[in-house]
Amino acid sequence: MPMLSLSNAPLLFLGIMLAKILAVFVVVILIVAYATWLERKVIGHMQARLGPMETGWHGLLQPIADGLKLFFKEDIIPSQASKVPFILAPMMILVPAFITVAVIPFGPDIVIGGYQVPMQIADLNVGILYILAMAGLGVYGIVLAGWSSNSKYSLLGGIRASAQMISYELAAGLAIVSVFMLAETLSLRGIVAAQMTPLWGVIDFLPNWYIFSQPLAFALFVVTGIAEINRTPFDLPEAESELVSGFCTEYSSMKYALFFMAEYANMVVLSAIATTLFLGGWHGPFPGAINILLKVFCFMFFFIWLRATFPRVRYDQLMHMGWKVFLPLALANIVVTAVVVLLQQ
Amino acid sequence: MELLFFYLVALIAVISGFLVVKCQSPVNSAISLVMTFFCLAVFYVMLHAPFMAAIQILVYAGAIMVLILFVIMLLNLGAEANKRYAHSVAGGALAGVVVLLMVFYFLRQGEATGMKGPISTELIAQIGHTELIGRTMLTDFLLPFEIASILLLVAIVGAIVLAKKEV
Repeated sequence: MPMLSLSNAPLLFLGIMLAKILAVFVVVILIVAYATWLERKVIGHMQARLGPMETGWHGLLQPIADGLKLFFKEDIIPSQASKVPFILAPMMILVPAFITVAVIPFGPDIVIGGYQVPMQIADLNVGILYILAMAGLGVYGIVLAGWSSNSKYSLLGGIRASAQMISYELAAGLAIVSVFMLAETLSLRGIVAAQMTPLWGVIDFLPNWYIFSQPLAFALFVVTGIAEINRTPFDLPEAESELVSGFCTEYSSMKYALFFMAEYANMVVLSAIATTLFLGGWHGPFPGAINILLKVFCFMFFFIWLRATFPRVRYDQLMHMGWKVFLPLALANIVVTAVVVLLQQ
Repeated sequence: MELLFFYLVALIAVISGFLVVKCQSPVNSAISLVMTFFCLAVFYVMLHAPFMAAIQILVYAGAIMVLILFVIMLLNLGAEANKRYAHSVAGGALAGVVVLLMVFYFLRQGEATGMKGPISTELIAQIGHTELIGRTMLTDFLLPFEIASILLLVAIVGAIVLAKKEV
């Protein structure tokens, strides 16, 4: 059966493409909105509070109320700020987070009008590199927000963010290398397909998810990922107890809301990437997309749990861990994986 | 369609390239340069070289420019950048025009011979762009590849020696 492409059925292709983009975008936006609710609820219950209760049943309308409130707030641009970077920064942090979702496969191929349609917006030959490239761009938003605000707290937050993201990007990238050494492809579709066989080709009742072959790489990727999206315990760029609110101190109204959305969008994207690379993507007991959504929710809950549990690390501890613990571990993991792969051939 | 898209991206590339020199603030120049890198990455994609595109963004836009931006922010070049250099602008414009003429001259001189190398579009579609680059790098170009790694190692050691007060 031919794969649907722009050349064999242009109108159908465009229609389905738009539908897929819209569906993925709406789902991600909804998860982002309700992740804020979930976070307040979960942390509330972990601290023996109730969390939001007033707006709607158990506070379910709280994200909408928050969104409306932020939307109607006055938008202030500090008079000494650099205007263009100040306005661009929130967009530059949100866009890379959203467009990374384009390469995540979210279900098995379906057949529409005699053509095979992949459940993925774009199957790039270089999917993983694309993810790494977009993750590298996320830092611009924070750095520019910090610099253009013309405030010392923002600048400190921005500088911390860039140092932190550059350090942890390296370890995260190296942790992923071992995955594509096993899968022998950079395409995320191919990686999910490689994880559907029985474990190591012998154990029937377990799938060949790379968390079993690469537990160290999985742990490294999750921890460095959390550091890269600046979540607790690595939220030094916006450490509210020392830097007011870090790089977003001077932001208000919808621009502030964009930073907030970007943080949660990054969480969703990190969960989706970790799921696709190590937990078999959409592969699992339920129909296609439900599997990946379930796994993403588990990750989100885990990240929220971490925030309720851990205190913030110190800056020197952060740098020490990144360069002297995670980087050598990731390199050693690559060497070991390479030797094993070579011996198996 | 593709040609139209090419001209659009080329226009953006040229405008952002112009802004790199024109912007008053060095940070704005740096952002414009990132934009130029992006346009180059789009060209790589249009040439069926997705690996080059990803590396272009990953290395240039994602790593090198972040470091440059970092340095600009820390150095605080504001006062320095506000000076105007009328003579150098005139000189630069002259050099630019000369280079443009040269490019036109060589473009007109050039003649398509129709010769093709062993790597064809079919081969790339069959094996994959990334795989082909990987293979050539570790077979035909192994020596330059290793020399580049040693060069980088030397640079790393040098950076540590320069940065650290007591070794």
